[in-house]
Amino acid sequence: MKPPPFGYHRARDVAGATALVAELGEDAKFLAGGQSLIPMMNFRLARPAHLVDIARLGELSFLRRDDDRLHVGALTTHHEVESAPDRSVRGFEVVREAMRWIGHLPIRTRGTAGGSLAHGDATAEWCLLAVLLDAEIVTASPRGSRVIPAGEAFLGFFTTLLEPDELIVEVVFPKPAPHAALTEFAERRGDFAIVAAAVDLDVAGGRVTGGRVVLGGVAPVPLRVPAAEALLGAGERADAELFAACGRAAAEAVDPPDGPGPGADYRRSLVRALVARACEEALAR
Amino acid sequence: MDDAVNDKVLLSLDVNGSEHEVLVEPRRTLADVLRHDLELTGTHIACEHGVCGACTVLVDGAPVRSCLMFAAQAEGRGVRTVESLGRGDELSDLQRAFTEHHALQCGFCTPGFLMLAEGFLAARPDASRAEIREAVSSNLCRCTGYQTIVDAIEDCAARRRAAERTRSA
Ligand SMILES: Cc1cc2nc3c(=O)[nH]c(=O)nc-3n(C[C@H](O)[C@H](O)[C@H](O)COP(=O)(O)OP(=O)(O)OC[C@H]3O[C@@H](n4cnc5c(N)ncnc54)[C@H](O)[C@@H]3O)c2cc1C
Ligand code: FES
Ligand code: FES
Repeated sequence: MKPPPFGYHRARDVAGATALVAELGEDAKFLAGGQSLIPMMNFRLARPAHLVDIARLGELSFLRRDDDRLHVGALTTHHEVESAPDRSVRGFEVVREAMRWIGHLPIRTRGTAGGSLAHGDATAEWCLLAVLLDAEIVTASPRGSRVIPAGEAFLGFFTTLLEPDELIVEVVFPKPAPHAALTEFAERRGDFAIVAAAVDLDVAGGRVTGGRVVLGGVAPVPLRVPAAEALLGAGERADAELFAACGRAAAEAVDPPDGPGPGADYRRSLVRALVARACEEALAR
Repeated sequence: MDDAVNDKVLLSLDVNGSEHEVLVEPRRTLADVLRHDLELTGTHIACEHGVCGACTVLVDGAPVRSCLMFAAQAEGRGVRTVESLGRGDELSDLQRAFTEHHALQCGFCTPGFLMLAEGFLAARPDASRAEIREAVSSNLCRCTGYQTIVDAIEDCAARRRAAERTRSA
């Protein structure tokens, strides 16, 4: 279908973009890569009265590693991250490797990190990575700038803490995660995951001394699973047995949606397999 | 609705190396401008939500879904469509590879696959067969079964590499 009519505005800088959305009111939206917003408009699931195109804000397009932190500008595309040289993602390889799970090449050349986080799909790779690695989401609005911890950013089904006139400027990953991995299962290559699992392990002398487990596709938001993380904090040997137990604990802890499409039992089986697989991949990295 | 919503916008678009001016509603997608305003009907449209790839064109050299881009977003960028590949009746090397390998039957998906491959090979001239398969997974073809499309792209890439070696030798 064709998208409904709207007024088109092109922002020249961050302050102008947020002021304009504030002025145009509730029915105005930022337009970044358009890879979520335009399909929703073509389906008539979204009918914004105004779009403020932020794509020309070149200052929001960067990937920078400094002082052990990884900074990703909001307008950096999935493909730019996917093609980043080793040195600019050292210690954060999980972020680069996760990009290949996002849709397909022509989606990744347009879609952006900031757009994914703002869209807030619970299976979106950027949302999972942000929660897994305790990222900080830096925003700007007419009221100033603020830092939203990723753990607090996602409120519910496609709902985030962002105000309508609040622009994501960058996402900052605060410390390297050399033993982290994200894996998932989808019906077709490039589809959104039915279930996605991301883990970050602390490994010392062949033992796992801590870790985090985040799941997509089992709840309205990316979900941390303390019951599975507890198993990773006990200093056990890093082996298949521990990882399988971690997968089982995660599967028992979640209460995935049932109903049309893949049911709760199926999702729980996927959790069991994917958490173990992500652990193996994280250890091997 | 206020005025801005009904206003048409005057856009200047660089398509296949020439400048075009169009006066369109902001909601006009790049795909529709190409087909209806510029009469470049080689770009096909099917799903209009980013899933099939029939509408793939190059924007600044990178493959994109032209159904998921408003024409207004393409202003100031270089757009290339399937019409840019051949010269008159002469097919490009990639198009010839598609014919030689029977990489099309009904042909509906072909412009999308050609532009996907053109953009992909420009960035990854040494792509392995596995990487070509991965890239091609982006587009749908209901006829060929994909193997011949992968064959064609792989063969075209190999010939381009060979030509490059001869040139630099
Ligand atoms: C076929 C297909 C498959 C896909 N598969 C996947 C997948 O597997 N995984 C995945 O994660 N995504 C997938 N996507 C979505 C894709 O990743 C999008 O790029 C992403 O969700 C949104 O980024 P965008 O830049 O395109 O944002 P847009 O579509 O432009 O915007 C999305 C929303 O975010 C808001 N927004 C955009 N930028 C900002 C900002 N800087 N600050 C505040 N608000 C902002 C917009 O107002 C809008 O509400 C897929 C898309 C398609 C079409
Ligand atoms: S018509 Fe654009 S992807 Fe299907
Ligand atoms: S040749 Fe018919 S859809 Fe591909």
